[in-house]
Amino acid sequence: MELTRRQTLTIGSGTFAFAALAGLPAFASLTDDAVAAMTNGAELIDGGIDITAPEIAENGNTVPIAVSAPGAVEIALFASGNPTPAVATFKFGPLSGSRSGSTRIRLAKTQDVVAIAKMEDGTFRQASATVKVTIGGCGG
Amino acid sequence: MISRRDFLQTSMAAAALYGTSGFGNWARLAAQQALTQDKLLEFDTYGNVSLIHVTDIHAQLKPIYFREPSVNIGVGGNKGAVPHVTGSDFRKLYGIDDGSPSAYALSHNDFSSLAQAYGRVGGLDRVSTVVNSIRAARPDALLLDGGDTWHGSYTCYQTEGQDMVNVMNALKPDAMTFHWEFTLGSERVNEIVGGLPFAALGQNIFDAEWDEPTELFPPYKFFERGGVKIAVIGQAFPYMPIANPGWMFPEYSFGIRDERMQEMVDEVRANGAELVVCLSHNGFDVDKQMAGKVTGIDVILSGHTHDALPEPVIVGETIIVASGSNGKFVSRVDLDVRDGRMMGFRHKLIPIFSDVIAPDAEVSKLIDEQRAPYTSALSEVIGRTGDEQTLYRRGNFNGTWDDLICDALISEREADIALSPGVRWGPSILPGQDITREDIWNVTSMSYGEAYRTEMTGEFLHVVLEDVADNLFNPDPYYQQGGDMVRVGGLGYRIDVTKPQGDRITEMTLLKTGEKIDPSKTYQVAGWASVNEGTEGPKIWDVVEAHIAKQGTISLDPNNSVNVVGA
Repeated sequence: MELTRRQTLTIGSGTFAFAALAGLPAFASLTDDAVAAMTNGAELIDGGIDITAPEIAENGNTVPIAVSAPGAVEIALFASGNPTPAVATFKFGPLSGSRSGSTRIRLAKTQDVVAIAKMEDGTFRQASATVKVTIGGCGG
Repeated sequence: MISRRDFLQTSMAAAALYGTSGFGNWARLAAQQALTQDKLLEFDTYGNVSLIHVTDIHAQLKPIYFREPSVNIGVGGNKGAVPHVTGSDFRKLYGIDDGSPSAYALSHNDFSSLAQAYGRVGGLDRVSTVVNSIRAARPDALLLDGGDTWHGSYTCYQTEGQDMVNVMNALKPDAMTFHWEFTLGSERVNEIVGGLPFAALGQNIFDAEWDEPTELFPPYKFFERGGVKIAVIGQAFPYMPIANPGWMFPEYSFGIRDERMQEMVDEVRANGAELVVCLSHNGFDVDKQMAGKVTGIDVILSGHTHDALPEPVIVGETIIVASGSNGKFVSRVDLDVRDGRMMGFRHKLIPIFSDVIAPDAEVSKLIDEQRAPYTSALSEVIGRTGDEQTLYRRGNFNGTWDDLICDALISEREADIALSPGVRWGPSILPGQDITREDIWNVTSMSYGEAYRTEMTGEFLHVVLEDVADNLFNPDPYYQQGGDMVRVGGLGYRIDVTKPQGDRITEMTLLKTGEKIDPSKTYQVAGWASVNEGTEGPKIWDVVEAHIAKQGTISLDPNNSVNVVGA
């Protein structure tokens, strides 16, 4: 095929997606503040809580996240890199069959998603997962 | 328990068949060596189960040249580990003589000279002969296709994968998993998969809306072979909607989902599986990491990263087999399965030397039928390579094919800078060889081949390079997508692969002026293979064809514009 000059000058409208990638301030301190407000500064224990998240988000606007902590009365979920880190709080009663929840959240950029569980004995457990938000393309 | 002795019963088909050779006359020595089909296929049938693995064929029906990478950098825990070993280090590691058939098949040095002596590789009619020969020794051997089969050529594009489906069906695979197939669009994929006479597997292929497994792609299939109950679990490419245009298959979601992989392994074991095989398109480092997390998989047949390894890599009690790409290799894995477990294996990576292995006449005829409607378009000569010019792609950074494509983008689309995707498919062209239209399509064909032209700021260009670099050099393999670095034209940079994202890329330079890239300045950028819907522009193969036709003979300047440190 011969390319005409007109075709050559066609401006491609599509290229790499512009995600919100640069220039955001660190929101980790906001997460720390929110966690401290929940725990009143109590010690956070690793383990006893699972967080399921994709390693790389297929779509940063709707990232499926699931949390599970047997024996929890409350599980709070934070997106540490979002302008407003608090995402959701799941509360469980004595009759709750399973102490787990799932939702989809929007992530502004690559960040840690943090889950804190308040247990029946009053202790707090934590887990986190890094979710990468990428421009994409150019694969394999 | 598998003994170390059993594990060491592996071999590479052409290895150690021939004596030493001297530097400088490799080609002559090579030409004197007579390979035979019997030698290539020689295998002392072992145990009670045979697996045959092909993967990442990328629609290469006919024999081609394919140069292995010279640069394949491993990071984190995989620094210096296979498959991140190339050239003389690779030959030393596996005891391969310089100039030998194995050296030609598995390493890049002296490629064009050895290629003259040993000829083309691959061709599905030759692959069929190998499969038939294995089935003659073990009639119930399982043939497993790791995917990236229905993508990568002129005829595959024109027939929307039908040519590959027709020819692969003649080889009678038992199961398959997927990656580029989805870029045909979900409607076409669903149509083909609905009619496949074998299993289409993917434990990680999910319905995007409900985040639940699909009916069309079951997680696994059971086979009874050699008195053994075998479960084959599929693992599709995890990052399909990120690395490729998700808008073409919006109904599907993927991901590694190793917790579900463990559930599936436990489920098949509970249902009596004595041997668990994972047919994977994860990429090698991801498979290695998954093998360390998921227990109970005996064999991972690994695809996606196009690595060809003469021996399996062993993680715990899992063996990982990597079988190359573009139809260049077939792996045969014989297993001794007794008392509900794998007791040992024998393995051979068989290079498909097309002049040595006789084509299966029936499959040759079938291939010719697929190509017949397009013969004149395929064979049209567009240009030729200069006497010193090899065209190849494979490697972490620009290959010469990429340099040529970037030159075409800059000149035909009047851009300052060109970006070209870091894919690992695409055969090589030898010096002094005609470049046909088919050759151009072999390195560019895809369902989203529009060559865009747009403006990018220096800052955004930096973000793009950092983002792609992290897909390749993130120290955690689960965050890698398995491609190579985005190829650049008109732009130089320094990359420190040991740094975190955001700090790897420095010293970005606009080559035509020698000036540093200004973050706030806007540059004209041409590229192709955008994952965004609605991308406009001429098709990349037309851009490249126009450029090659104008050049006539292709002789590229050496590309020293990327400075790699920390490797």
